[in-house]
Amino acid sequence: MWSIADAFRAGMSTEEVFECTHIDPWFLAQLHDLVNTEGEIAGQDLSQLDADTMLRWKRKGFSDHRIADLLDQTEDAVRARRHALEVRPVFKRVDSCAAEFASATAYMYSTYEEECEAQPEQANKIMVLGGGPNRIGQGIEFDYCCVHAAFAMREDGYQTIMVNCNPETVSTDYDTSDRLYFEPLTLEDVLEICNTETPAGVIVQYGGQTPLKLAKPLEQAGVPIIGTKPESIDAAEDRERFQALIHELGLLQPPNRTATDTETAIAGAEEIGYPLVVRPSYVLGGRAMEIVYDQESLEEYMRAAIQVSHESPVLLDRFLNDAAEVDVDAVCDGENVLIGGIMEHIEEAGVHSGDSACSLPPFSLTAEIQDALRTQTRELARALNVVGLMNVQYAVKGDKIYILEVNPRAARTVPFVSKATLRPLAKIAARCMVGKSLPEQGYTTEVVPDYYSVKEAVFPFIKFPGVDTVLGPEMKSTGEVMGVGRSFGEAFGKSQQAAGYTIPRGGTAFISVRDEDQPAVADVGRYLSEAGFRILATRGTARELAAAGVTAEKVNKVGEGRPDIVDIIKNDEIDLIVNTTSGKQSLKDSYTIRREALFHKVTYYTTLASARAAVQAHRQAGELSVYKLQNLQHEVAA
Amino acid sequence: MTQPALLVLEDGSLFAGQSIGISGHTVGEVVFNTAMTGYQEILSDPSYARQLVTLTYPHIGNTGANAEDMEAARVHAAGLIIRDLPELASNWRMEQSLSEFMRAQGVVGIADIDTRRLTRLLREKGSQNGCIVAGADCDQAQALQLAREFPGLSGMDLAREVTTPDTYKYSSGTWELGAGFRAAAETRFRVVAYDFGVKRNILRMLVDRGCDLTVVPATTPAAEVLALNPDGVFLSNGPGDPEPCGYAIEAIGELTSAGIPIFGICLGHQLLALASGARTMKMKFGHHGANHPVQELASGRVMITSQNHGFAMADDDVPDRLKITHRSLFDGTIQGVARTDCPAFSFQGHPEASPGPHDVAALFDHFIQLMASRGEAQASGLSSQAT
Repeated sequence: MWSIADAFRAGMSTEEVFECTHIDPWFLAQLHDLVNTEGEIAGQDLSQLDADTMLRWKRKGFSDHRIADLLDQTEDAVRARRHALEVRPVFKRVDSCAAEFASATAYMYSTYEEECEAQPEQANKIMVLGGGPNRIGQGIEFDYCCVHAAFAMREDGYQTIMVNCNPETVSTDYDTSDRLYFEPLTLEDVLEICNTETPAGVIVQYGGQTPLKLAKPLEQAGVPIIGTKPESIDAAEDRERFQALIHELGLLQPPNRTATDTETAIAGAEEIGYPLVVRPSYVLGGRAMEIVYDQESLEEYMRAAIQVSHESPVLLDRFLNDAAEVDVDAVCDGENVLIGGIMEHIEEAGVHSGDSACSLPPFSLTAEIQDALRTQTRELARALNVVGLMNVQYAVKGDKIYILEVNPRAARTVPFVSKATLRPLAKIAARCMVGKSLPEQGYTTEVVPDYYSVKEAVFPFIKFPGVDTVLGPEMKSTGEVMGVGRSFGEAFGKSQQAAGYTIPRGGTAFISVRDEDQPAVADVGRYLSEAGFRILATRGTARELAAAGVTAEKVNKVGEGRPDIVDIIKNDEIDLIVNTTSGKQSLKDSYTIRREALFHKVTYYTTLASARAAVQAHRQAGELSVYKLQNLQHEVAA
Repeated sequence: MTQPALLVLEDGSLFAGQSIGISGHTVGEVVFNTAMTGYQEILSDPSYARQLVTLTYPHIGNTGANAEDMEAARVHAAGLIIRDLPELASNWRMEQSLSEFMRAQGVVGIADIDTRRLTRLLREKGSQNGCIVAGADCDQAQALQLAREFPGLSGMDLAREVTTPDTYKYSSGTWELGAGFRAAAETRFRVVAYDFGVKRNILRMLVDRGCDLTVVPATTPAAEVLALNPDGVFLSNGPGDPEPCGYAIEAIGELTSAGIPIFGICLGHQLLALASGARTMKMKFGHHGANHPVQELASGRVMITSQNHGFAMADDDVPDRLKITHRSLFDGTIQGVARTDCPAFSFQGHPEASPGPHDVAALFDHFIQLMASRGEAQASGLSSQAT
């Protein structure tokens, strides 16, 4: 579509574009008309515009933002002029058939027409901004939070208004909220809805980054944002302000730098050292996030990143090898802090939190570390004046706790924590936002279950040939499952089963780990060997295993002669793969191993940590039992 | 260059838009149709005489117009009201754009108005009389006066106006992709079709089923029809109020007495009801669309039907000799009847329409069966007389 529009901009005719694309001329003519209208807009003087012209552009679907770009004006200026001309959208109802019958549901969409059917009511209204289209990193977990906010507010007697534009979600079911605006989550659209509805409060922190980005401009436009103030959200998102805050609280952060061009990036990298986690600011789902090991990769990254976004700088963080990553979800009412749960990631830091399996409660952190995490979370919540949900990501290396990021908003872990602790965190936090304190709601102490819940990510790799299955800072999963057990091993084993990975009872295991993992590989090898697995290993790993007294047969890497490991996987002679890599080259070399493992349905682990967890699960595999959530709820309550 | 246009309703409501047909003015009853396709068939359907048709689907004219899709020799709708005429019409069968077609047919039309607002107004207030004025100088006051002067469709005999002046034979079958109009099947039955404003596809579906068709004017007396010695008589759809069509009601009464199989559609259905002693009524805003569910009462089966009527058979004082066979699931109104004393039946919706579902097409087969079984009965009667 972009290319077709460009073709028209470059002067091609509808007929010529049809010859190239064979897209029906009906569609091409519509696109051509939009491009022509662009040209018409570009020459205009905003202050001289009349209402008819503005209405015509809006009817064609031009946003204030787009018109502003074409007129070289600000979006606010265009909106002000449009409002002065009294050109505003109306809201029509979605009904069964073209207004043939009256419809009882307030399910609206906007359009530039004559008659408005919204008929807003006089009521105490709370509006919830949803997450828009689902994509990787902006998932259904946020929709869950929005739905729970609407439920809680309705239970408390508010009229609830949902704004979202994804028909597949539960938040856009006609009965989830009292009124639904099926609209994109843009400043322009949300402002028009607020103008019609005048809600008493708007919740922006539940729909993920999409509505969160609107917090500040909405507030500036006079919209009553409830919960954590946009100012605080900004304090957490803004690198420098956040760094000052961490410093003030006496907490730790991985060494980091901010860069707006390649030169400052290289200089910064030299100061803090490689490897680095690099990413543009203001992203979610780890989009465009990478771990770079050397200057050459950093330069390459900067070239691409700067092209992606001019406005936001690139963030450089020292990557903490071998650190354990931890997520903490909490609710704050502005004063009191309720720890929702501490989740210890199974994969080490560097794997995106959305892709990492995690355990609640933690399976290896000491009580001291856990208490320190609680204390730091409380301090951060109070310092940021959080009202509502907050998520903090930590890296724990030895007895040092580093803060990776603080998100004063709903995190994608909220549904998992709520289910694992049987506490409706999203509802509790929504009530905080409308002024009900945690003690008033009866929530003062954290629930730490005496059973383990493990969340595991589910990946769509088999549907995307060519995507590397190795986990990294960029989120790849599209779903998640949960396993519950009396021990960590049992819970992890169930989560693996649920995610579709079977941990084989025996057979042949292939182990090949990167240098950093060599010292720790012996445990995994020894266990598998004792459990009756035949072990194949690449040269370095085999040497390490032999030193630890574990018998392993040496197998060729790709390029070391045939048959190599890929041939053996193709022959279906491998049942379990533990393959960790670091650095670009080894990642590239091992790609075919992961692809073949995927197609031959061989269970594989790309981190030593997850292999270790699998070993624990293997130990427990004979003792899996089924627990009823209802019974666990009694335990938690008791 | 586009010209402005206005739509003014008798209640004073004003809609300002763009002209999409000829300049001038037109008056009629404003109705809405919810079908997404078939605008050319709708415009050329004689049942829409004296009506200004609003199409609720927003993009109208996407596929242009062609000679083959006409349901009559010309456009009968008094005017067209739409939301949006596309930049470009695109279809391999297209011969003219909708706008060119309307200008060639002398039709006044308006686009770029809030058709949903209009539809809601008609839904709440019922069908309204209205006037479209199109051209450089639209006079709103004059349009309102013209709208208010329109007497309304109640009591208006329009069948007499749209019917054929002369009797003719019809022998084209239905249209098929790649083949065009099918040749007539081998004829098995002589059928006389009363033209009260007949749609061509009804005739084609009868031809497909082996009917040797003679189409006669609406006012043809029963004696003339009987003189043609038909195996069956078909009563067509058509515009306006059935009540003033005394000539047709009288003729149908005589034909039912003669025991000839009769099949009526739409206006033909209402006329059969009146001839059988039932009453008809004007509806609030009628049924106009392509997705109306109708239940066949005997089987409980639900069929998706095309509908276009502003009058309906009334539910009270239904004579014993009429059995109600179908009802609308939208509002419960009567959609089909059958005579208990003679082989005559009729249906309110349009079994010949094909916007998608062909659920009701089997009614044509039922008509054929009635003629076939009467033929067999007569044959056996003759043979028994002979022995």
